[in-house]
Amino acid sequence: MKSILRLDRRSYNEQKALMGFFYVLPWLLGFIFFFLIPLLSSLRYSLSSVQANSDGLIVHFSGFQNYVEALTVNTEFNRSLADAILNMVINVPLIVIFSLFLAVLLNQKFIGRSLARSIFFLPVILASGVILSLESTSLIQAVNDQNAGAGAIQGLGTFELEGLMLDAGLSEWVVNYLTSAVSRIYSIVSQSGVQILIFLAGIQTISPQLYEASKMEGATGYEAFWKITFPMVSPLILVNSIYTIIDSFSNNAMTDLIRETGFTQFNFGLSSAMAWLYFAAVALILAVSSYLISKKVFYYD
Amino acid sequence: MHATRLLSLERWKKWIWSFVRLTLIAGLSFVILYPVLQKISTAFKAKSDLYSPIVVWLPENYTLDNFVKAIGIMDYWQALLNTFTLSALTTILTAISCALAGYGFARLKFKGSQLLFAGVILTILVPPITILIPVYLNLKDFSLMGLIPLLTGKSVNLLNTYWPFILTSATANSLKAGLYIFIFRQFFRGIPKEVEEAAYIDGAGVGKTFYRIMLPNAIPSIVTVLLFSFVWQWNDSFFTTTYLTSSKVMATQLGSLPYNLAILLEDGANSKADPFYLSMVQDTGILLAILPLIIIYLFVQRYFVESIERTGIVG
Repeated sequence: MKSILRLDRRSYNEQKALMGFFYVLPWLLGFIFFFLIPLLSSLRYSLSSVQANSDGLIVHFSGFQNYVEALTVNTEFNRSLADAILNMVINVPLIVIFSLFLAVLLNQKFIGRSLARSIFFLPVILASGVILSLESTSLIQAVNDQNAGAGAIQGLGTFELEGLMLDAGLSEWVVNYLTSAVSRIYSIVSQSGVQILIFLAGIQTISPQLYEASKMEGATGYEAFWKITFPMVSPLILVNSIYTIIDSFSNNAMTDLIRETGFTQFNFGLSSAMAWLYFAAVALILAVSSYLISKKVFYYD
Repeated sequence: MHATRLLSLERWKKWIWSFVRLTLIAGLSFVILYPVLQKISTAFKAKSDLYSPIVVWLPENYTLDNFVKAIGIMDYWQALLNTFTLSALTTILTAISCALAGYGFARLKFKGSQLLFAGVILTILVPPITILIPVYLNLKDFSLMGLIPLLTGKSVNLLNTYWPFILTSATANSLKAGLYIFIFRQFFRGIPKEVEEAAYIDGAGVGKTFYRIMLPNAIPSIVTVLLFSFVWQWNDSFFTTTYLTSSKVMATQLGSLPYNLAILLEDGANSKADPFYLSMVQDTGILLAILPLIIIYLFVQRYFVESIERTGIVG
């Protein structure tokens, strides 16, 4: 017992290991009490019928009843889940590609670069939570957008572009995807602040010698991007995709439904079952997409 | 002859690219700034300007009436003080606990620390909604493993206090804390081991090395975490509206603003308040809520952008 308390008798590595445990301890306590135990009780609730009364909770094991109810009886669950997944599938590639493009752009030297950078990171601060949801209900903005849209600009933008691309022989699906991206530009820009930062940081760690060498060999800027920049930041494409997926899943119609089932209908069992199904879907998507992307990723070391 | 033609072609390309780049960046900047400019313009408009066809951006009659209304309804100054206190408190606690955990995971390896770090990753991956109900119930009857009922006879209700935020941020489990631990860990891993070893040889213990050598070197990542955590806590409506339903903080005040507005403006004579006018005051309210953040950002943005580039998120 005494030897445990006497730090100076221990070897350097033992000391460090012991201190390491103490440094991690606050997190570990929080992890157990505010994450692990709640996670397990959520799993237990999802498999039970839960009734709340004045004495507390009465939990009866009921098997997969809640899961069956969520998937087959509840009218909203399937639709919300499909919506959330569809939105993610549409938005994540756009956000990742767009933020990579902007990071490359913002890394170049031009007049007003620092101003442009600070504007592009503004959405990190503004676009979140309650502001975003109120924004969508703002009537004045809607009317103004309508007025602007009635003019030539909006109509010209998407219509002309659409016709042009269809004439060029692109499939209708691709054209719709791209033109809808143009119309949703605000939501895409406002969701890519953190991703731009991450890419920008990555690009700046690439050694300038690589670019110099390629320039001497006669590579154009286009080639330099695809042969140097892109492979070097490809691990960050993985990081950013995962971040974007998690971010897009943190607040949507699905979470609202789970919340409402739990806190206004007090159906804790059903709500937990929904939450677990939701988690399973998120985990599956994360696993599949990170597998697909990491097959293409290039690691420098 | 040939060379000069090539040169001028190169030059043309450069000019065209600069132009395209300028257009793109200016356009996108406008897209980002548009809602903010819109709100500023709306906030100063008088009610009569709302229907005036000649008013688009610059109001004909300037007024501060919207501000007065929004400040009154939101109880703005009280909400501002509360939100600031809450955000500052959680930010400091989160930064301390996450820095400790990040350093522990990066440099002070012990048996099982890999496994625990997998736990950190798990906290990032699991949607917060999955554990919301048990955490909520736990906080409602907070007993600390039966310790508190033993002392006082019954469990305490921590809802509508700042305790849920203090407890989770002091134990590095608050909003997005997993991400902050990850940022710190990556950064500490990037500092050369020799620096640390030199300190040990000079007789500094682990603790002293940490706060005298490592922390001063980690300022970029500290700035990043402080800013992210402050801003996200300020804007957060997910936890705030669950744990703090009756306290006056920005998120709850903003959330109930449309409702309160409708009640206030719906005086006996008018059976229905003008929705445009409601929306106008609501926009002013949003502007008031984000204004402190924009002001802070104006001061620190340079440092923020520079520091995150050196943070080592990149690994």
